[in-house]
Amino acid sequence: MSAIEIIGLTKSFGSVTAISKLDLAIAVGEVFGLVGPDGAGKTTTLRILCGLVDPTEGQTRVAGFDPVKQTTQVRDQIEYMAQRFGLYQDLTVEENMDFYADLFGISDATLEPLKLRLLGMTRMEPFRNRPAGQLSGGMKQKLALMCALLHKPAILLLDEPTNGVDPVSRRDFWLILEDLVQGGMTLIVSTSYLDEAERCGRVGLMHEGRLIRCGSPAELKKAMPGLFWEVEPEDMRATRRELEAHQGIWGVKPSGATLHVHASPEVNVSDWMTARIIEPSLEDVFVAVVTAEEKHA
Amino acid sequence: MSFRRIRAVFRKEFLHIVRDPRSLGMALLIPILMLGLFGYALSLDVNHLPAIIYDQDNSPASRDLIQAFQGSTYFDVRSVSGDYPSIEKGINSNKIVFGLVIPPDFTRLLEGGNVQVLLDGSDSNTASIAMAYVTTVVNLYALERTAQRLDQRTGMHVKPLTEAQVRVWYNNDLKSRNFIVPGLIPVILMIIAALLTSLCIAPEWENGTMEQLLSTPIRPTELLLGKLSAFFVLGAADTVMSLLAAVFLFNVPLKGSLAFLGLSSFIFLFGALSWGIFISAATKSQLIAYQVGLLSSFLPAFLLSGFIYAVDNMPTVIRFITNFIPAKYYVTIMKGIFLKGVGMKVMWLELLWLTVYAVIIFTLAVSKMKPKIA
Repeated sequence: MSAIEIIGLTKSFGSVTAISKLDLAIAVGEVFGLVGPDGAGKTTTLRILCGLVDPTEGQTRVAGFDPVKQTTQVRDQIEYMAQRFGLYQDLTVEENMDFYADLFGISDATLEPLKLRLLGMTRMEPFRNRPAGQLSGGMKQKLALMCALLHKPAILLLDEPTNGVDPVSRRDFWLILEDLVQGGMTLIVSTSYLDEAERCGRVGLMHEGRLIRCGSPAELKKAMPGLFWEVEPEDMRATRRELEAHQGIWGVKPSGATLHVHASPEVNVSDWMTARIIEPSLEDVFVAVVTAEEKHA
Repeated sequence: MSFRRIRAVFRKEFLHIVRDPRSLGMALLIPILMLGLFGYALSLDVNHLPAIIYDQDNSPASRDLIQAFQGSTYFDVRSVSGDYPSIEKGINSNKIVFGLVIPPDFTRLLEGGNVQVLLDGSDSNTASIAMAYVTTVVNLYALERTAQRLDQRTGMHVKPLTEAQVRVWYNNDLKSRNFIVPGLIPVILMIIAALLTSLCIAPEWENGTMEQLLSTPIRPTELLLGKLSAFFVLGAADTVMSLLAAVFLFNVPLKGSLAFLGLSSFIFLFGALSWGIFISAATKSQLIAYQVGLLSSFLPAFLLSGFIYAVDNMPTVIRFITNFIPAKYYVTIMKGIFLKGVGMKVMWLELLWLTVYAVIIFTLAVSKMKPKIA
């Protein structure tokens, strides 16, 4: 059974098309990552799934319910964490958590140990009585997450949940999520961190409102035409310019101190300089696909 | 419908109110300010009307008339030796309201004679009251003189044929404060309820908390009831505060039933709060909500409710419009309870209209609370 079904989904705001003819099915228990540049339509897609925004065309089913007409049934099944911090700045960490616990109907007996576990896991215990408005950006994200994780919904929708969160907390956060998925929860997460996308069972790549690639990270990498090379240049800029002048070079992208080169299979980059073929990262795939899309358009 | 979710919103909203010094200050200071301003400063009673008398006759008869003015608390005779320039100067500089000119042949002409009254009509309300007072004094004086004369001529005691025997039933001291203060309570509640509440949903949109809130299992009606009940506590506190001030500070007699007062206040408050929520849900912006709230709640409650300005004196069109101002019914009820001691038997229709209004506005507010963000 599908947790989420999207058929021919289109959403326009006036003359702007945010989502165009999107088809997607996500199975129960899946971890699905939604990636894409800003303005690709990720947030709008998630909002439509929560019934916060109604689509212009197309059908959606969330846990078997229609978010347009059966909004309340959908909301009983899901938990959504908005991209913009949506908690109350003048309430303390604990008051915010208690408020959401009440909304979700968490019993007092489960709430106390759960709160302690979450506060411990996110290392937020010392800030329990601090107003949310006085937390740092990363701590705010953690608070929002704690509120989201207070109950165990069938489907968890997270919109860029780790934006501004430090790497250590990000890792902790994913450990928590993986724990939840073990329990059979379906997870849909939009992210701009591609290392996080690697942790997803499947990744959907959105661009200008369309889902242009969809599959497991391994599938997406395998489906890429051409080869990826890694070059360790002495002069980044000069080498980049030199590479881009060659025929059959599809893209050059800096990655740390190295350059990742996407090239046609007929080209052998090691003929010109020291280079080795590498397995592309999701980031390489993402950049290559988006660049190709933009050239195409 | 979950009681727990309503209670959660109530608690959260109450924390917002308590922690925001502006809204809490508004909720507590507005009633105090208004009670002080209207209870102490605003008086429609016309007393001690300042006057200058220009006595050209200077006779026992004219002095008798002057005596009648000087002996009344309604007048404050500044000078009995005035002249036309001093009267003109007095009126122009707002020192006096009227001047009385007694002609030189006053005694001779007494049987068919006149006195001249020069009245400052720029404040028409005071002027018409002053005119009535002056006319009464002069008429009484004339009556007495006529009677005296007849007595002297006929040797019998003559009485006027008809005299009005006035007995004031309610507010027997005719103190304007006694009718201003009870009517003020609806105005205060309208401000607190509609104006403060109108600012309670827009911030959720502006701060982005609405998106998060709406994605939870909370139903729009629960959100509305939770917010409403938090502001209800505030409104109820203000009602009690105003009532205590009315009774103990301003000594306004409270003649009617407290239970009926409580019931009608509850219903009025519920309607006013719903109106505020409706505005807030419909506008989504604090600035617009505030302006719409002010225009639609405070002004009608102040001007069209009969709080100060009697509805019966308004033009037909305006009088028709006042039927749609709930504060009008509540003002009538408050004045009825305070001054007349009447209750449900007399004012059931007003109470019914208040209830109808509250139900309609609440339904409208619920219909405006969509679980969608776009």
